[in-house]
Amino acid sequence: LLWDETHFGKMGSYYINRTFFFDVHPPLGKMLIGLAGYLSGYDGTFLFQKPGDKYEHHNYMGMRGFCAFLGSLLVPFAYLIVLELSKSLPAALLTAALLTFDTGCLTLSQYILLDPILMFFIMAAMLSMVKYNSCANRPFSAPWWFWLSLTGINLAGALGVKFVGLFIILQVGWNTISDLWHLLGDLSLSVVTVGKHLTARILCLIVLPLTLYTATYAVHFRVLNKSGPGDGFFSSAFQARLSGNNLHNASIPEHLAYGSVITVKNLRMAIGYLHSHRHLYPEGIGARQQQVNINACFFLADPLDPSFPVEFVRHGDIIRLEHKETSRNLHSHYHEAPLTRKHYQVTGYGINGTGDSNDFWRIEVVNRRFGNRIRVLRSRIRLIHLVTGCVLGSSGKVLPKWGWEQLEVTCTPYLKETLNSIWNVEDHINPKLPNISLDVLQPSFPEILLESHMVMIRGNNGLKPKDNEFTSKPWHWPINYQGLRFSGINDTDFRVYLLGNPVSALCAAWGPGLSQVLLQGGGQLLLGWMLHYFPFFLMGRILYFHHYFPAMLFSSMLTGILWDTLLRLCAWSLASSSLARGVYVVGLLSLLLGTAYSFYLFHPLAYGMVGPLAQDPRSPMAGLKWLESWDF
Amino acid sequence: MLGFLKRPVVVTADINLNVVALTAVGLLSRLWQLAYPRAVVFDEVYYGQYISFYMKRIFFLDGSGPPFGHMLLALGGYLGGFDGNFLWNRIGAEYSSNVPVWSLRLLPALTGALSVPMAYQILLELGFSHCAAMGAALLMLIENALITQSRLMLLESVLIFFNLLAVLSYLKFSNSQKQRPFSLSWWFWLMLTGVACSCAVGVKYVGVFTYLLVLAVASVHAWHLIGDRTLSHVRVLCHLLARAAALLVVPALMYLLFFYVHLILVYRSGPHDQVMSSAFQASLEGGLARITQGQPLEVAYGSQVTLKNVFGKPVPCWLHSHQSTYPMIYENGRGSSHQQQVTCYPFKDVNNWWIVKDPGRHQLVVGSPPRPVRHGDVVQLVHGMTTRFLNTHDVAAPLSPHSQEVSCYVDYNISMPSQNLWRLDIVNRESDADVWKTILSEVRLVHVNTSVALKLSGAHLPDWGFRQLEVVGEKVSRGYHESMVWNVEEHRYGKSQEQKERELELHSPAQMDVSRNLSFMARFLELQWRMLTVKSDGSEHKYSSSPLDWVTLDTSIAYWLHPRTSAQIHLLGNVVIWASASLATVVYALLFLWYLLRRRRSIRDLPEDSWLRWVLAGALCAGGWAVNYLPFFMMEKTLFLYHYLPALTFQILLLPAVLQHISDHLCRSPPLRSLFSALVVAWYSCACHVFITLRPLTYGDKSLSPSELKALRWKDSWDILIRKY
Repeated sequence: LLWDETHFGKMGSYYINRTFFFDVHPPLGKMLIGLAGYLSGYDGTFLFQKPGDKYEHHNYMGMRGFCAFLGSLLVPFAYLIVLELSKSLPAALLTAALLTFDTGCLTLSQYILLDPILMFFIMAAMLSMVKYNSCANRPFSAPWWFWLSLTGINLAGALGVKFVGLFIILQVGWNTISDLWHLLGDLSLSVVTVGKHLTARILCLIVLPLTLYTATYAVHFRVLNKSGPGDGFFSSAFQARLSGNNLHNASIPEHLAYGSVITVKNLRMAIGYLHSHRHLYPEGIGARQQQVNINACFFLADPLDPSFPVEFVRHGDIIRLEHKETSRNLHSHYHEAPLTRKHYQVTGYGINGTGDSNDFWRIEVVNRRFGNRIRVLRSRIRLIHLVTGCVLGSSGKVLPKWGWEQLEVTCTPYLKETLNSIWNVEDHINPKLPNISLDVLQPSFPEILLESHMVMIRGNNGLKPKDNEFTSKPWHWPINYQGLRFSGINDTDFRVYLLGNPVSALCAAWGPGLSQVLLQGGGQLLLGWMLHYFPFFLMGRILYFHHYFPAMLFSSMLTGILWDTLLRLCAWSLASSSLARGVYVVGLLSLLLGTAYSFYLFHPLAYGMVGPLAQDPRSPMAGLKWLESWDF
Repeated sequence: MLGFLKRPVVVTADINLNVVALTAVGLLSRLWQLAYPRAVVFDEVYYGQYISFYMKRIFFLDGSGPPFGHMLLALGGYLGGFDGNFLWNRIGAEYSSNVPVWSLRLLPALTGALSVPMAYQILLELGFSHCAAMGAALLMLIENALITQSRLMLLESVLIFFNLLAVLSYLKFSNSQKQRPFSLSWWFWLMLTGVACSCAVGVKYVGVFTYLLVLAVASVHAWHLIGDRTLSHVRVLCHLLARAAALLVVPALMYLLFFYVHLILVYRSGPHDQVMSSAFQASLEGGLARITQGQPLEVAYGSQVTLKNVFGKPVPCWLHSHQSTYPMIYENGRGSSHQQQVTCYPFKDVNNWWIVKDPGRHQLVVGSPPRPVRHGDVVQLVHGMTTRFLNTHDVAAPLSPHSQEVSCYVDYNISMPSQNLWRLDIVNRESDADVWKTILSEVRLVHVNTSVALKLSGAHLPDWGFRQLEVVGEKVSRGYHESMVWNVEEHRYGKSQEQKERELELHSPAQMDVSRNLSFMARFLELQWRMLTVKSDGSEHKYSSSPLDWVTLDTSIAYWLHPRTSAQIHLLGNVVIWASASLATVVYALLFLWYLLRRRRSIRDLPEDSWLRWVLAGALCAGGWAVNYLPFFMMEKTLFLYHYLPALTFQILLLPAVLQHISDHLCRSPPLRSLFSALVVAWYSCACHVFITLRPLTYGDKSLSPSELKALRWKDSWDILIRKY
């Protein structure tokens, strides 16, 4: 078990066990892994706990084999793309060799990871785009339609595996727009024909991928119908869908009325319910009143008189919330909150429900689609303190020991609507009201889709590097500055280390620099490389070396074409035709042999090695530590 | 020669009365009652403290922008005779009599006023009619948000002024290109473009977007120039060189000049010193310079030093140790070596002193002559007060379990030998034989046995570590990071053999005399880098907003409220202008796309020259709007409505251009055209009406009743302050 296999292998098992989980990437890749595992007879019982664990009797070869198969398809794809673009067999062969002998690419596609699947779809999309470009002289013929729709399908695949797939979509989009622009400028075509072209592309490159992409989500939610580790990331309404969750098949009163016992959940925090307990705020932190923070417990929407007939709570009502266990009221006042000094402190105050004027809150419904009443699960409510005018919210900060390391609850004077200050009602008990089944309240598919995207984006944004940590920088990647350790630290461990083939990297680093000479075939690839590389400079999230590999594919293809052209130019300008041929062949062969030899040197990195570390002169890898930053 | 004897000297002056009139009303609208309110309004509280720093010549660090803008504001204070003595701590605080409010606010107001005639000029230079040009200027004149922003001690109006100046002078330049290249006025406008661009960047970093836009337009024009076969090669080369000099070299030099002047002006040490490196601090008068003056330069065996972390995040701190040991068992159940704690401490303390020792010898004093420590030497570090050795070993650090614990070795007589040899790695060395220098050398201390480097992990230790910062040993192979780099700050040659004497020596301040001056470029680079990386606390603000709110004016900012009445200044835009400017941008985009597609099909709706004019107007105005607006979606800092004003100015310029285009090309029949003109007039009077209605909130001079204020709250999101009586 290596590195990120812990994640993706586990997620594959989740599909087989049908338990719900959350990940920052779209589901297609993990679904395919799960499918491969299912077909090959893996039963989903392996725990995938930490790198270095043994698989023992578990049948994992199906999943690894599937990824490796897709990874090995990259080589023929690259060959075909280069052949199609440059019409030069040596260039295509050179590219194929570069990719075959690239230790990094090999390492990455050997294990249960998303990257081989992603790279497969990217290359497949690129290949079908190139193929379809070469069918341009026979528009609306069967191959034309075939390649066009295949492009769309692969785009959906790429985006469905990781959001990085967006870049290949941009590339195809750019290609399509320039294509249409040429068609529009061709005055021999009627406007109607151009319109037909446009419609065909919208259909195949926008509608088709979107449908497929949505379909993967439909399958995702259909398959994962059991409660699992991902529940907490989603809203209460979403959780009601999952069997095993305590909200599933529950029946509670639909609308909130005075006298109801409720739990209130914050929309932002992973699992955050409004909570209070008998402990007081410590000396020196605002008023010494009862703590209120985030965790699960009960509150009581307080009635004027319990004997009154049922009266529903409506938008804009003034209410009092009484804590059921301690019968103190939710209270706020002009004291600063314990951690967020600009906010006001929230406490529990009063005895047996009698407090003071600071206990009154106005309840506001943010989404008033369901009318003015407050609907369980679906209504998003804000609680506004009447006296100070602040909004009940959570700062997301963890209280120190005296607050049992729960999350801080504050009353923010900033009235902006943020998820931090929006709550929804989850559990609800009111004997006077009829219970309804929660199925009625289940969100529709578009709502689920939207919510899961919001959660994913938030998850991605949350992956921020720390200040004092060494992080991989995009400029490290093309020069192979540092690899990525897949497993094993000590010399007795089985070690795998992700590092590109240094010789190919050396060749490839030239690629983008000099490729202006190749406008036709190289332009597409150069664009691809730039699109898959430069956006990373702008990304705030934490980055790893393996993020470079899609760009690396493009740069390898570019290198193939480039060296081919360069050698041709050199040879023909230097010598007579017979000698030129020799120079050309020798040049190509030396490149091939160079990469092959370097592959031979570095192959233990990819296939795994045991033994002393490279600093040790006894190690077979001694002397291969060309850069001090390599760490194998 | 002596031509003036034959013919009289004649000066003909063209005075465009439109421009004069526009300047006059512009000045009137911006300068009227400028010194009112005599209180700190909104961000004046923020800019004001920097002006005070300038007046007192104290060094400061401000991450919000380059120093040119602050210096301009400070110039106003200088001319007004401000002595810098005012406590800028609260919005709404009354100014004391020594603050020259009028002259402090004069410069932003002047630039705001001059933007009005400049809008007129720009539209003329773009080739639109006088009528359209007047329209643009009049719209600028009655835009409430622009007035509010330019009447206070804030920088947006200065930025807008330089943005417009850059565009205007580029247009003037490219128009004179057609007639007389390389003439005096040609050079003048070209140079002015470069200067205005650098000034815009110098006021606020966002000015760089306008600069890039001008550069882009200039390079497209240059590309056409290269393709022009009527010009000789030499001439084309001259053209390109002139442009490169004026638009690339001049701005870069100007930018450096701003920093040069800034560093000359603020030469005293002040409250922000700590953030800078020791070398930088030593170049300021007072502060660290006073302590480090006269320290020996070369660190020798036996030297007593304090080691400061170069990265200095989350806080600048020094390597520190004290009597307390690591707790035997941490809260999470992991064990420690129970040896003496080594931390990083953000305050000066006698426990920050370390002695550099030669592993081969016993003495802790500097020999004579002193033997300097060089790159690659192996040393031991001895803690001055406890005489324990800096040590690390294969024990997990308290808060960063993936790194090694660093301790001062205590011999418990268990099987845990001391590992206290460190190899000195001078990071910024010039040769491998470099000597370890005080302040100047940045070093890594690499542990000999385990090849880990001493590193500041950035985490705060819990109570047992007195909330000091954790220091760990991190594998060198994990890569280079500034948090592993240290420099010697205080330094002296140790002379005392005995521990008691040495303690006395450590307590006494270090003194001697060597001056160390950093070059200007080094200081500039460091200051610029720190300014770009300084973390704003990212605190939420009551009036912060998101870029999406700006287009629809769904937000507002209360700037100031009269202490007794309900007179108030509120940043609110002229809704009519705001809405129609956005509409004009959409109309422009649609029309442009339509024409473009039709031209591709060889259908020419517009004559060639008006098409080119239409494209250029779009590139500069719509482009100016886009480059000044869209980047804000990527920014993570706290954003306010006033960030939109530069973009809005460009939109306002586009509006009359679109109107004139509609009237000229889309209204085919004369009656239709007159109808359109009538509509435009009606629309403009509508905008005037809005201006007059919102005027009390713009100038803040009139106290409105609560009901009047409520009536002005046209949108729920406008947070107009209503006093409760």
